[in-house]
Amino acid sequence: MNTTKLETTDFNLYYGKFQALRNITIEIPEKKVTALIGPSGCGKSTFLRTFNRMNDLIPGVRMTGDVMIDGIDLLEIDPVELRQNVGMVFQKPNPFPKSIFDNVAYGPRVTGMRDHKKLQEIVESSLKAAALWDEVKDDLNKSGLALSGGQQQRLCIARALAVQPSVILMDEPAASLDPIATLKIEDLIHELSQNYTIVIVTHNMQQAGRVSDYTAFFYTDDTRTGRLVEFDETKTLFTNPRDQRTEDYITGRFG
Amino acid sequence: MIEETRNPDVLSGRLVKASNLKTRNTSQKIWFGVMWLFGLITFLILLLVIGYVLIQGAKVVDWQFLSTAPKGGLSGEGGVSTTLGTTLYLVLLTIVIATPLGVGGAIYLIEYAGEQSLKSPVLKVLIDIANFAVETLAGIPSIIFGLFGYALFVSALQFGWSLLSASLAGACLVLPTIIRTTEEALLTVPDDYRRGSLALGATKWQTLYRVILPASLPGIITGIILSVGRVISETAVFFVTLGGSHRLPTSIMDGGRSLALHLYYLAMDTRAFEKAMGTGAVLVVMIIMINLVIDFVSRKLTAGLRSR
Repeated sequence: MNTTKLETTDFNLYYGKFQALRNITIEIPEKKVTALIGPSGCGKSTFLRTFNRMNDLIPGVRMTGDVMIDGIDLLEIDPVELRQNVGMVFQKPNPFPKSIFDNVAYGPRVTGMRDHKKLQEIVESSLKAAALWDEVKDDLNKSGLALSGGQQQRLCIARALAVQPSVILMDEPAASLDPIATLKIEDLIHELSQNYTIVIVTHNMQQAGRVSDYTAFFYTDDTRTGRLVEFDETKTLFTNPRDQRTEDYITGRFG
Repeated sequence: MIEETRNPDVLSGRLVKASNLKTRNTSQKIWFGVMWLFGLITFLILLLVIGYVLIQGAKVVDWQFLSTAPKGGLSGEGGVSTTLGTTLYLVLLTIVIATPLGVGGAIYLIEYAGEQSLKSPVLKVLIDIANFAVETLAGIPSIIFGLFGYALFVSALQFGWSLLSASLAGACLVLPTIIRTTEEALLTVPDDYRRGSLALGATKWQTLYRVILPASLPGIITGIILSVGRVISETAVFFVTLGGSHRLPTSIMDGGRSLALHLYYLAMDTRAFEKAMGTGAVLVVMIIMINLVIDFVSRKLTAGLRSR
């Protein structure tokens, strides 16, 4: 059986009085790719951001229930420390207006690394792991914003890897990319899952099917409160869903 | 239903003729011409003012005018050297006082005030007042800052007519400018950068000085240079705080006379009208140069942040 990396038990999340997530209980396995799917507004991105406490930036957020990483209560960890262990890649590539090198070296520098040799090593290995090294190795001083959209997203992945997290959260990482760039990101996700626990939110059913080992289907009704309907191995969930709503969603009958 | 109201040309597959095309095109031409004329008039007025001052001033401005001290008194004789020096001191001191206050205040209001005002209703009221004050101060006549500076720095704190009093009053005058431009610069930094940095394990402060401040630097520097221009051209505030000595101040407790103030004295108290024009020309050239610098700096820095 797999080891559990992230888990929640009876987890609820509120924005002020509005309940965004209700009674989510899930065990996300280590070094696997877990996809969160579901219609817009079902709370899957909110759920994703729970694991690096990015929801904390939104005023009025309140959480109840358990969220654990490696069996430790995640809400007790200082968010700055947590985010060093749980990296994130956003929907829109967001490299800083700095050079490629400085973008990747940002995380290590923030945690106090000054040794230039070591930084160079980290930058190189991170860019290699993000499958970007060959394309940019000759102009590391070029601005990160001068890269194409797909390259920018891989730069952001490299930037996240440089911090050496064990978990990488991805919020629709290919939503703003063309099909070829998307394919590269998907290959990369597959590659990275050997060493990292990856949780990815996606609107694209085929993508969930292609990249993930496990899939969680979130759904909401008129209350707009998100619930976890079904969680299983991707193969099982796509071929033999237990819940009617899951079947309707993955066969494209709504959503 | 809709078929009845459709153009018969469309129904029969022909190209539709635009109705009253000629009138519409003519009216466009007329209005375009009117706007063009207004633009031209504005441009000519500006050219006339600057051109007149420069041409009149050119008659007296030479190296000697710039490098000799004014004689003082009612004669209006001599040059402007000491007033150039005083202006430089005044600008430096004012900017040194106003920049950290203004930039710091703007950072607080934009980056921290939001979350803090949620925590405490008292703080929220204070922050709302601060925002309103900045807005209001930006539109207050400068002589009010002069009066305030005179009451507080010159007389109550007994700094007298001095560079110190004038710089403090000048700092009050330019603070709204620096705060506003810095606020605007901070607001143009995309939230994506903030989230990206925080998600990498940076603290809020690290995010601020490593990502947000560099990205908003062009705007902040523009605000500072604008303030330099404001101090150079300001008269009313310094009339009541700087005194009027035509000598170069030797300490910050000394009074003096900035270029703009000198111009005022020349025009009002002496018959040396051509010297006033000369001084005006020097002022105009300085302001033009400052605007060129602003243009250059913001273009250079913005380009540096983008590609290449």
